This record gives sequence, structure tokens and C-alpha cells, in this order.
Amino acid sequence: MEKFEKLTGIAAPMPLVNIDTDMIIPKVFLKTIKRSGLGVNLFDEMRYDRQGNEIPDFVLNKPQYRDTQILVAGDNFGCGSSREHAPWAIADFGIKCVISTSFADIFYNNCFKNGILPIVMPQEVVDVLMKDAEKGSNARMVVDLEAQTVTTSDGESFPFEVDAFKKHCLLEGLDDIGLTMAHVKDIDAYEDKMAQARPWV
Amino acid sequence: MTAPKTLYDKIWDAHVAHEQEDGTCLLYIDRHLVHEVTSPQAFEGLRMAGRKVRAPEKTIAVPDHNVPTTLDRVSGVIANEESRIQVEALDKNAKEFGVNYYPVSDVRQGIVHIVGPEQGWTLPGMTVVCGDSHTATHGAFGALAHGIGTSEVEHVLATQTLIQKKSKNMKVEITGKLRPGVTAKDITLAVIGETGTAGGTGYVIEYCGEAIRDLSMEGRMTVCNMAIEGGARAGLIAPDETTFEYVKGRPHAPKGAQFEAALAWWKTLYTDEGAHFDKVVTLKGEEIEPVVTWGTSPEDVLPISAVVPAPESFKGGKVDAAKRAIEYMGLEVGQKLTDIQIDTVFIGSCTNGRIEDLRAAAAILKGKKIKDGMRAMVVPGSGLVRAQAEEEGLADIFKEAGFEWRLAGCSMCLAMNPDQLSEGERCASTSNRNFEGRQGYKGRTHLVSPAMAAAAAVTGHLTDVRELMNETETA
Repeated sequence: MEKFEKLTGIAAPMPLVNIDTDMIIPKVFLKTIKRSGLGVNLFDEMRYDRQGNEIPDFVLNKPQYRDTQILVAGDNFGCGSSREHAPWAIADFGIKCVISTSFADIFYNNCFKNGILPIVMPQEVVDVLMKDAEKGSNARMVVDLEAQTVTTSDGESFPFEVDAFKKHCLLEGLDDIGLTMAHVKDIDAYEDKMAQARPWV
Repeated sequence: MTAPKTLYDKIWDAHVAHEQEDGTCLLYIDRHLVHEVTSPQAFEGLRMAGRKVRAPEKTIAVPDHNVPTTLDRVSGVIANEESRIQVEALDKNAKEFGVNYYPVSDVRQGIVHIVGPEQGWTLPGMTVVCGDSHTATHGAFGALAHGIGTSEVEHVLATQTLIQKKSKNMKVEITGKLRPGVTAKDITLAVIGETGTAGGTGYVIEYCGEAIRDLSMEGRMTVCNMAIEGGARAGLIAPDETTFEYVKGRPHAPKGAQFEAALAWWKTLYTDEGAHFDKVVTLKGEEIEPVVTWGTSPEDVLPISAVVPAPESFKGGKVDAAKRAIEYMGLEVGQKLTDIQIDTVFIGSCTNGRIEDLRAAAAILKGKKIKDGMRAMVVPGSGLVRAQAEEEGLADIFKEAGFEWRLAGCSMCLAMNPDQLSEGERCASTSNRNFEGRQGYKGRTHLVSPAMAAAAAVTGHLTDVRELMNETETA
């Protein structure tokens, strides 16, 4: 996995609450057996009409948001399905960070597996960042994972919380399976113990 | 003496294979369920790294999301090429990696969350995961069960563990008795209506109380199935005699002395007196009415007697979301929910595709016809549910009423197969999500119980099922 570097980029505002994974990537695109190439279909039903033409009003279709790297979104972003196609599509579009007041649990976890940083901020901070995102390509937001801060284009800085282990993995671009394989003896020992204690499993 | 523990605490503690200083754990996984949509990239990852499936005997695969449910599927190949490729990839991966498999041609095939319990793979006290958010279903057995992404599917395949941190404990108590016409689906929707779709975020919910205890295993699975819709990682119900009775004799349940040993442990799986819950929600069973959803989020729940709410009655970002939902759904503020005309009825899904659900719908439909022009289908949750319903005469009731009687699969719950809504088509559905486009592009979904779905099929509009029940009683 790619390391998460300090990010300076365009932020796009999506204030809608409960943006679900069906909105992020509709099911017709789940039929792929690959991980790549989903960015063009990110938010497909909001982004294109039935003929495949771009809907000009949709934020990521506006010229000033074409190179968005940060999404500032309403409450409960990523609710619904466990489909990892959602973070795959987000990452493939080029978005590396999503900021909201809350995220659905599975989506939140899936982000970290794909080099995306989901940041939870209180409502009043999201409000400020949403305003800043409205400036489009005239502004750059800075996300510093190492320092755990988000800084607006005006230089106003806000701290955020992130699990220390998840942060470490993201900064170093570590592969989970590789990490777990280092504990294979513990897994062996657990299985041996359980073969005695709960043989029916 | 150790501190009192919740049911979740007990199952968690029994599965920690390794714990880091910061509380990050390797949680051992007892059952890994796999379907065709979220697994191809995971198997491909194993292949590229030269890894094997660590515990193929604990891994169970079944195609469900993409499979056609029309009767001609028995003879033919899947017409949609992408769907066919995904199902064939699962056929190939299951064989290559040696995992348990129920192919489309097997009578036991069905929705993964219905097949698992039916075959006795799901047992109390287990950890169960699947690349599917509705894995929460298995919590009905007092198993810690939740959805995972494809990277985690690969992780479990390779290591039989997940890297996890513990969630907080939440208790949802439903006191008292349900009134007639009120079902498990109404409970679970009413809870989400109360807590919101993010109300459970960061928690594992334990459902308890008399109304939960009174539910069958089928009903309990319906309740836990939608824990995810309330944002919770998982939903749990402590196992009891109802659970043990259901499990006993299933193909993969322990037998003889092993069953007795298992039972002894299962009986310790309850929340200790005085154990701490971080959040508690209590609903009175007798106050729950048959409910429907009016909007595009499962939290948009109201009793069937209500009207479409005004967006201004909400707070914050929900005001705009409600406006958008009312427009998307083609409704008017103040419109009575029972005045909403329905084009289509879908009975099925991992929420409501079990035998009891079909019985409840058939009880309403017996001797009746669906409204002229109504499109109605029943998609049993598994081939075995289908066979049982045929044996009990339920299939005949559905067919005589005008329903299509389909083969097992996820079908119109997520419309990845050909069963879809067209633009503007309005559906009373027993599934779990009413998101925009969920059942088809610009399709409109109202979530209801199977009995309420049957009632809507008969009258042609959203209907309080109790009106039809009274009719049946006095007839």
C-alpha cells in the first residue's frame, strides 16, 4: 500500500447527510473482479444522467473540483453495504481523505486498507471546513496525518483523533496480512487450545 | 471475583488470539462466509502472494447476489456476462482453495445469511464474518457476526483472524408483548427510527426483553439483520432454549456428546447481572405499530397510520436530506402513508426470506388476489426454504394470489440480477435498504414486514395489515 504523505489539495463540499455506499458506487459496478478503474463511476447516479452525460451541477463535475483530493461530507458518510468498491472508487478518483462528523463502521475500516484517511471532526469544525471547501480550486486544504491536523486555506488549524496503530500503518503503507503473519505462532497456539476447549467449532 | 461481563464481552474474550498493548487484537474467526461479489479480489490477492486459505473447513461459499431467480436458470447459463464471470470465479476459487461450497445447482443454495444458519454452520458463541454488511443476521444465535470489506476477506482467508479493536456495549430492550400484526421487522425498523442510522455507530447491540425472547429464531434473525442499518457493528441476542432447539440436528451442528459439551458452554453465554452498557435504548413492545419507511434512509420510519412528514420537522442536515427524499420518492408532505399507491411487491431477502416470513405473508394472501396490474414476487431465501414452502402449500397460495414464485437469491433486495425496479416504479419491499437506486435506477422503495407487503399487494396501496387480519377473523 502507498504511504500516506502530508496532503495539500482541493477539497470538495458534499453536505448531504447519510451518503451511502450505493450512492458512492452503484451496484452495477460491483460486477468487476478487479479493484482498479472504478473512479470514473464514483457517485455515478449523481454524476451522470441516463445517457452517460455529466450532470453539470454535481460538485465533482464542476471545473474547480475536477482534481479534488479531499471530501468534506455530511453525517454518517459511507453507511450501508460493506462493499470495498466504495473506497476503491474514491481512491481511484484521486481522493485521499474524507472528513465528516461520523462514518459508518465498515466503510471507516475499509478506508484505511486503501490508503484513504477518514477524519471525524465535530459539527462546528466540519462547518468551517465545508465553507473553506466551497472556495474550490482557489484554495488548498492541508491534511497532516503525522501532526494530526487539518488546516484551511486561511491557515486555521484543527486537530483530529486517529487510532495510533491505524495511523502507523497508513503512514508506513503497511500490509495488514504481512503484519498478522508475524503472529502466526499466536494463531497456531489459539487453534491448539480451542481444539481442546471447543472441538465442535 | 471477575467483573460482570456482557454477552459481547464474553464472546470477544473467548476469541482473542493476540493483544497488542494499545488494545488492538487479533480476533479469531470461527466461520467465514463468502459470496461472489466481494471475494474475487481477495482470492486473487492470495494467488498473487502464493498464500493458501488457512482454514478451508471453516470457510463456506455460496453465490447469491448475482444469480437469476427465474425458473429457467436451472437449464441455462447466466445471461449477463459480468454476473456469469463473477459466479464462475467463485466456482473456480471454491474448488481451487478447497472451501465448502453450495453452487447454483445445489438445492441448498441460497442467500449466504440464510444458508449458514440453516446448515448449522452458525452456532452460539462463534465469531462469524462475511464480506457483506448483513452478516449481523447471525447475531440472532448469540454469535458475534459482522460484515467486512474485501481486504479483510483476504485477511481472514489467509490468517483466520481479523485485526480489531473492541466496540462499546449498547443494550436495546423491547419490553412486554407485541400486538397482533406487529412483527420482528417492525421491531427492528422501529428501533432504527428511534436511534437513527448512526445511533449504533461504534457499538455492538444486545437486543433483549420479553418481546425479543418471544421471537422465533427467524424473527430474531430479522431483528439482528438490520443492526447494521442502525450503524452498529453487530447485533446479538443471548442464546436460549429457542436457539438450542433450532440448532440441534442441523447438518453441521455438533452431535451427541459434542452437542452436550457445546450446550454446557452455550448456556454460559448471557450478560451478567450488573454488567455495564455504554448506551441503553428501551422500547415498549405494546407501543410498536406496523411501520413503513417513507424516505430513502432506513431511519425514515413511521407507523402506517402517519403522514409524510414536513422536512422542517427535522434538524440540521436532515432537513435537506428529507426534502431530497420526499422529492425522490414522489410524495407530498402531509399525504397519508396509506394513500401511497404501490406498483410492485417484493417478498424475500436475508431480512425476510425465511419460512416464517413466507407463512406470515401467505396467511394474509390466502384466498385473495393481488390488485390488478400489480407486479408481485416471492423469492425464497434458500432452495430449502422454497422446498418447505411448497410442501406446506404456501407456494400455491402465492401463485393463486398472482405472485411469481421464484428460485433462491438476493434478487430485488439489491437488484444486481435482472430483478429490478424501473424509473419511478414504487415497491413495498421486505428487504433492508430504501437507499436511492437500491432496487433499480430511480426506483422507490418502502420497507415493510412480509405481512404488510402482502397487504399492499392485495389493496394496491400501503395498508395497515391489521385491517385485513380483522377481515379474515370475521369472515
